[in-house]
Amino acid sequence: MLITFKFKLTLACAAGLVGPLAAIPLVTMSDARDDQQAIIELHPGTVSYRVNGDFTHAGKQATAPLAQKRFDRPLAIMKHQVSSADYQRCVDDGVCRALDDGAGVVVAADRPAVKVSWHDANGYAGWLSRKSGETYRLPTDEEWAFAAGGKFKDDVVVMDENDPSKRWIARYEREADRAPSDTETRPFGAFGANENGLLDVAGNVWEWTSTCFVRHALDDAGNVLSRSPNCGVRVVEGQHRAYVTDFIRDAKAGGCAVGVPPNNLGFRLVVERNKWLGLQHLVGRVAPGLKELLWPVRTWRSPSRTIRPGPAFRGFVESGGPIS
Amino acid sequence: MEFTLKIEEKKIVIDNEGTTFQAMTFNGSLPGPLMVVHEGDYVEVTLINPDTNSMPHNIDFHSATGALGGADFSLINPGEQVTIRWKATRTGTFVYHCAPGGSMTPWHVVSGMNGAVMVLPRDELNEGHALHYGKVFYIGEQDIYIPKDEKGKYKSYKSLGEAYADTVEMMRKLVPTHVVFNGKVGALAGKNALTSKVGETALIVHSQANRDSRPHLIGGHGDYVWETGKFSNPPQTDLETWFIRGGSAGAAMYTFLEPGIYAYVSHNLIEAVEFGATAHFKVEGKWNDDLMTQVKAPAEISTSPTK
Repeated sequence: MLITFKFKLTLACAAGLVGPLAAIPLVTMSDARDDQQAIIELHPGTVSYRVNGDFTHAGKQATAPLAQKRFDRPLAIMKHQVSSADYQRCVDDGVCRALDDGAGVVVAADRPAVKVSWHDANGYAGWLSRKSGETYRLPTDEEWAFAAGGKFKDDVVVMDENDPSKRWIARYEREADRAPSDTETRPFGAFGANENGLLDVAGNVWEWTSTCFVRHALDDAGNVLSRSPNCGVRVVEGQHRAYVTDFIRDAKAGGCAVGVPPNNLGFRLVVERNKWLGLQHLVGRVAPGLKELLWPVRTWRSPSRTIRPGPAFRGFVESGGPIS
Repeated sequence: MEFTLKIEEKKIVIDNEGTTFQAMTFNGSLPGPLMVVHEGDYVEVTLINPDTNSMPHNIDFHSATGALGGADFSLINPGEQVTIRWKATRTGTFVYHCAPGGSMTPWHVVSGMNGAVMVLPRDELNEGHALHYGKVFYIGEQDIYIPKDEKGKYKSYKSLGEAYADTVEMMRKLVPTHVVFNGKVGALAGKNALTSKVGETALIVHSQANRDSRPHLIGGHGDYVWETGKFSNPPQTDLETWFIRGGSAGAAMYTFLEPGIYAYVSHNLIEAVEFGATAHFKVEGKWNDDLMTQVKAPAEISTSPTK
């Protein structure tokens, strides 16, 4: 692992001589976990996407439309979910709300932060942005679907206008087709990587997105006539798409809520690196070989374990930080 | 009728968070099985306490007469077995439970040693006319008391003996940490949801050996409810919620009229949602718009007073 890292480091340093990454010395490494908190840059592309939210047509429930969503710019997203240890740093800073250790949340560098609300996730993104000088935020539902690739599930259900129970039962059965008791978090990578290299997508942790619950009214042609958003409820993504109230840390079933809830609520963040990503993308279009030379690695170290000597550096150092 | 009940002390998981519980069970399940007999039957029960267990146990049948419901005749140590016989003279649904005496009795009961007997009448269930059912659903409710550590995390114990003192302290506060159907939060939901179909009549037998409960079928009713469980009394009709007294079993009959998912809860909804007292029925069939329809799907509030 260490060897790999040093190799990457060499490449990055070499690239740094000529590229906009010049100011990044990437000098330190806290331990051999060089793939932790890495950011994956997804190339522009398209995702076939079942639009989230509820849809009605002429006063009746309607099937959600399937859309092609084009991403013209690269998307930089965390390789794995935010770890409980990273989240704990924000707690220790007095910014984030403490994790619920009474509920059995394990604080470790290789375990996701779970039992966090949308507000907790958003608070962490704000804190990380301030610490790193970059803009971290929750992905939109579309971005999540794009990054999730084959792990994104089309949640369309057959709609029978004359029998609402069909859709209801179909949805219930699909949600029930998994183990609600599997709540124990695993080390990152335990659920494998998707084709984009993201770890543990649709494992036993569902991820918050920034997307609000929206009710749409469709016209006869299937175009949206009106949107009625409720931002007190956000979309969470994982083995199935769910809509969860933003202050909930543990989605429970029971009572009138007859679905099967997400096993765990966690999150991963996207980072806005527009300046560099835009340039990289442009170079990539004009001269792919040059881009490969300038930015040879698709993943790079995140913030929390590298040092920050210059203005273009991406990251910050926390206690236990660099070991030279 | 002959039944054999084997007592099994074992550690089980009772919720989706992996909370463990030192349980005592009849035949390994929490609660124990429903025994169905007929009025006038002699019921011969062999109770086995394997030597792998650590404690003496017995059984008290509320449906039986004399000898403390059989408890006095059935106390056995690990490595022993006993056979008792009682006559089913009264019809209805009844609780049975372990009752070894003193603080042991409530502790054994809330550790899982309880279940139900249904004594059916020789003639049909009736309310002026005969009542028929297609399926019997047995809902065994269990209140559970699990101590927490100073961080608020549920404690896990290596043995029943270690769990005893803390557990009794919790029990004495009368507030359970879990109220579950069939031994575990969500045991009768999702893949294990109860199934029925439109037009089918269900007889739901609900037992609670220790603590009051108030079953409610969300989106349905109790067509005929023997709230106290005794079939010689006329059932109440068209109930919304019924009451199961702690230490009794009741029976409710309902014919499903609409397809869909029904939640069967204890309608102290805090217990239903937070403590786990929820089961689901998945009912297939044809929708009846006359009984229920969504006239206008959710939309923004109309500004026109005529709409």
